[in-house]
Order: sequence, then C-alpha cells, then structure tokens
Amino acid sequence: MVAIASRRQGPKRKHQRLVLVLLALAALIGGVLLAMSALRDQAAYFYTPAEAKAAHIEPGKAVRLGGMVALGSLKRGANGVTISFDLTDGKGTVPATFSGITPDLFKEGSGAIAEGAFDADGTFRATNILAKHDERYMPREMEGIQYDPETHKVKADQP
Amino acid sequence: MHALANPRRFLSIAVPVTTWFFWGGIALILLGCWAGLFVAPADYLQGESFRILYIHVPAAWLGMGGWSGLTAAAIAQLVWRHPLAAVAGRATAVPGAVFTAICLASGSIWGRPTWGTWWEWDGRMTSMLLLLFLYLGYIALGRSSADRAETGGVSRVTAIYALVGALNLPVIHYSVVWWNSLHQGRSITLTSSSIDSSMLWPLGLTVLGFTFWFVAIVLLRMRAILAENRIEARLRRMSRG
Repeated sequence: MVAIASRRQGPKRKHQRLVLVLLALAALIGGVLLAMSALRDQAAYFYTPAEAKAAHIEPGKAVRLGGMVALGSLKRGANGVTISFDLTDGKGTVPATFSGITPDLFKEGSGAIAEGAFDADGTFRATNILAKHDERYMPREMEGIQYDPETHKVKADQP
Repeated sequence: MHALANPRRFLSIAVPVTTWFFWGGIALILLGCWAGLFVAPADYLQGESFRILYIHVPAAWLGMGGWSGLTAAAIAQLVWRHPLAAVAGRATAVPGAVFTAICLASGSIWGRPTWGTWWEWDGRMTSMLLLLFLYLGYIALGRSSADRAETGGVSRVTAIYALVGALNLPVIHYSVVWWNSLHQGRSITLTSSSIDSSMLWPLGLTVLGFTFWFVAIVLLRMRAILAENRIEARLRRMSRG
C-alpha cells in the first residue's frame, strides 16, 4: 500500500500540483481585485464634504458625512442641546447641526462622522454623531505637540 | 520539512517547545498586561480606555495570523501531501476563531466610549466579522468532510476552502486604506509608529506573549489529535485480535 502510494507521489506530480495551486490563487486574487475596484465607491463608510459636493446628493437622502470639526465653528444653541459646527476635509466645508448627546471625543479639531441628510439650503441635519479616532496614541503631557501624519514625527507646538 | 512527517520525530521537538512557549507566553502576557495597566500613561484623548489596545491588537494579529497558518498548511497539504499539515490546519482553526472573536468583542467595548457606537458596518469591522464566519465555516467543513487517510486532519476540500478564504486577509489589512472608514488607519508600519514609545513597549510584550501562547495551544491540539490516532489504531488492532 505504502509503496504504491509513494510511487504515485513522484516529483512531477508534486510540481503539477504546485503549478495548479499557484494558478488557482492568481485567478482568485485577480477576481477579488476586480470586485474590490468595483466596490471602491460603494463600500466607503462616509462621504467627505468635497466628495458630497461632487456627488450632488439630493436633500433628504440619508448619508454619512465625515471630516474634521473646523476650529472655532462649534456653537451651542440657546436650548443647550442643539449644536452647530462645520465639517471640513480641507477641500470643502459643510455646515451641520445636531440635537443630542455627542461622544466624549467629539470636539473641535477632531474627526467626526455625522449621520443624517442635507437640507434644501445645504445644511447637514445630523441625527447621530460618531467621533472618529485617529491612529495617534500619546500621553497627556504631550498634548499640544504637533504631529506630522506624513513622517510620523512630532515636534513642539509654536503658537 | 519532510523530516517532521514522522509523528515521533515531530513529537520529540513539539513536546519541549510546547512547554517553553506555553509558560513563556503566559509570563510575557502577564508582564505586558501589568505594564499596560499600571506603567503606561493614559492617552491624551481617550484616557484610560485606550488600554484595551493591549488585548485588541494581539487578538487581531492572531486572528489574521491564524488564517495565514491555515493557508500555509493548506498549500503544504495540497502540494506536498504533508501528513502533519492537515492536522495543523484542524488544530489552528478553533484558537484562530476564538482570537478573532476576542478582537471583535474588545473593539466593540472600546468603540462605545470612543466612537459612540458598539458596532458600525465599516470596512474594517465587516471584513473582520467575515473572518470569524470563515473560521466557523472551516471548522464545520473540516468536521463534516472526513479525511480519507484517517490522519485526523482536515480534508482536501477544507484546504481549498482555506486558500479561498485567505483572500479576505489583504481586504482586512487594506480596508482602512481603500475606503473611508470609522476605524482609524494603521498606527504601526514597518519603520515607524504613531503610538508613543512609552505606550508601545507593553504592546510588544503582549503581542509576543499571545503569539507564543497561540503556538503552544496549536501544538497541544496537534499532539492531542496524534494521540487520538494512536488510540484508534490500537483499538483497531485489538478488535482484529
């Protein structure tokens, strides 16, 4: 039994199987890459303000809008629960309003994702707000130190 | 590699390695967790909740690393018909699934105070959940389709399934690059890290510790499967008289 089995396992058959497995893997990877490039726009979790402007999203359509909360734009309404702020991605800015409790990490200069819909006048009415955390982790003493996302270097803040 | 095909030779290496990796891994995990909880400073923005990182990152790494192991075992099984490869595949699937589940659960617990949500269908989270389902499928398929050679390993169909499932790995890795996602981008690349070094070194300890421990568990499970085979062979011999 063993002798027969080992004769059938010659180096040629091994080679054939290796080529077969590699070919199958190459075909599968090609298929997945095609699927991913087709998904590229649909699988995005949110629009950035510039993308939203380019896509001409109709008012009332439920979308997510993600960007930075622009510095100095966060204002609290007279009733204490309504806030207004600007979401920006550097290329475009969208004014937004929200009533309710925001996550702890939601603040000016931080990333946020708003769920809701555009108004007829271009204001984004958010029904839910998520804070987006970036990939930085540092101790409290280092707060205010500037971070360069390109080089991953930090340097002291110059006001 | 074929020198290891003999179970006895494999065991002569695997038995001492299991002991060292098991206890060494536990020591590193305890040291890393202690350092992560008491030595590393709190994060400037997230405060104390960032410390879940010391479990979340090793779990994510081993969930994906486990499937990489299944893929390597599947290639060895399909191409070289290595008898231990099928056993290694079966031994890796359950620990891999458990670590993937730990990754999802710890991420969810961290997401509630940080993002303001337990779960969102963003690219990273969805592809990681898919990995868990792939593991469950592998376990079910490995159990239902019997291995003809009766080595106690998974069948060839299951190995092919592992190869197909491996395509999810690059999707998980690049999900935060390809698509706008709620999950943050990569903190650690090969050359640099945006995690401050005072918070990074305990992470190194827990990643290394959990990896050792994972390897030890896989070896233990492989040894258990091989021992079962010997019992079965002996029972068969006895029944033949």
